[in-house]
Amino acid sequence: MSHTEALKAKLGLDVFKPGGEPHIRIRPGMEKDPRLLQTIRLCPAGLYSTAQTGDVVLTIDGCLECGTCRFVCGDEVLEWRYPEGGTGVQFRFG
Amino acid sequence: MEKFDVIIAGAGLAGLAAAYTLAGNDLEVLVLERGDYPGAKNVTGGRLYVNPVRDLFPGLWDKAPLERFIVHEGAVLMAKERSVAIHYSGHELRAEPHQSYSVLRAKFDRWLAEQAEAKGAMLLTRVRVDEVVKENEKIVGVLAGGDELRADVVIACDGVLSLVSEKAGLRAPGSPHDYAVGIKEVIALDPGIINDRFQLEGNEGAARLYIGEATQGLFGGGFLYTNKESISLGIVVGMQSLLETGSAPDAPALLDAFKQRPEIAPLIRGGTTEEYAAHVIPEGGFKALGRLYGDGILVAGDAAGLALNIGFTVRGMEYALASGYYAAQTVLKAKEAGNFSSENLSIYKQYLEESFVLKDFKNFQEAPAVLSNPRFFRHYPDLVGNLLADIYRVPPGPKERLYPTIRKVFSLAEMWSQFKDLREVTRI
Repeated sequence: MSHTEALKAKLGLDVFKPGGEPHIRIRPGMEKDPRLLQTIRLCPAGLYSTAQTGDVVLTIDGCLECGTCRFVCGDEVLEWRYPEGGTGVQFRFG
Repeated sequence: MEKFDVIIAGAGLAGLAAAYTLAGNDLEVLVLERGDYPGAKNVTGGRLYVNPVRDLFPGLWDKAPLERFIVHEGAVLMAKERSVAIHYSGHELRAEPHQSYSVLRAKFDRWLAEQAEAKGAMLLTRVRVDEVVKENEKIVGVLAGGDELRADVVIACDGVLSLVSEKAGLRAPGSPHDYAVGIKEVIALDPGIINDRFQLEGNEGAARLYIGEATQGLFGGGFLYTNKESISLGIVVGMQSLLETGSAPDAPALLDAFKQRPEIAPLIRGGTTEEYAAHVIPEGGFKALGRLYGDGILVAGDAAGLALNIGFTVRGMEYALASGYYAAQTVLKAKEAGNFSSENLSIYKQYLEESFVLKDFKNFQEAPAVLSNPRFFRHYPDLVGNLLADIYRVPPGPKERLYPTIRKVFSLAEMWSQFKDLREVTRI
């Protein structure tokens, strides 16, 4: 199993409740920001990756709502909210 | 528009401690929690030290759904190919009342919320606080789930990011320097196997910290706590340290590598990972604390930056519980005066200063700077490991005398560096 697949399998153990709009968005024009590039390595859920264009893309499914990307990127790069009430990860152990 | 005496944003330990303390005082207390249930969004390593908060919540602890009381403490210096462990066990750790317990938050927070509700606090789950409502620069309520809810005072207990206190103008978004990221797996394992592997009896528990290769030399460490029927295993890594080391593996891979270490793999063998969690932890200490109060608002727990890493102990939950308690005391005082202005709420800081909370933060204010010394996370684990490797080695030929072996490791330059590090450590 590759590293990415193993991480996906781990995230698959968690309970996630689907929500509406993505709660984190990369602000337009910031897709190549160096802070965003660093977030690729730091996100514990591995949700950030680089597209062929060199833009960083975010797949929100599997977000653990840990806050790492917001501390690394700040408000300029990411429009960051928590998911709507009753959606997103629901830890059974925590 | 509904009006309450107090609105608490977040049903974590700070929020629930505040609600528990306030309820039963003839106040209308509303706790807003965005998760399906209290604890659904909360993560700990985790261990709770009960001593500092036992008397703040009399009668609460006997029935609390804590996991195991910790009787074995372990600290492991981990080098690439070897490790040196210190195991501590003492009579006082076995004596009641027990000093610390492993804990799982989904279970504990849910239970604590029930206790607060039984005393009369109102809890609304699945509700996200979207905005604070201001009038003449004073916080008078929140917007949540499309409704405007008003209160004399809002207590922001919404965790390490605290968007509530940010929106209230009490803090700016934090800098990676002051935070670490924790990543953890809960690994289910038969209680009998746990007891055998960790030399425990009944509900005794073990706690271990791992320094060095646990985080591949980065600022932070690994941790292991035994729960009743599972093991909490994880790492905590300084965010800035990860950012500065471009060659370091990504954060999830650090935990995988840690799990595969020969010191760890046999301990979790046969276990099944049940959950994967991560959370940011405040680690900036006293100097990174946010503002604790404003007009119509108090901030408690991680939201205020109240977590403290001093090396051998990493604590946050007691500070959350205690700050929630003192926030509640502040509200009761302000209610008497009928005045929730910033000036009147400033007694909160005084309460915290007189308690263990800010005393600890002041006493250990140098800890974050001192502990960020990279030598602790690479050099010393290597040094001690190499020394013991030499001492234990029996070569085919004659063995060298011990003193020259030790002397080789402790060169003059090395001793000078150690002296300097030690001088720094004395600031903690």
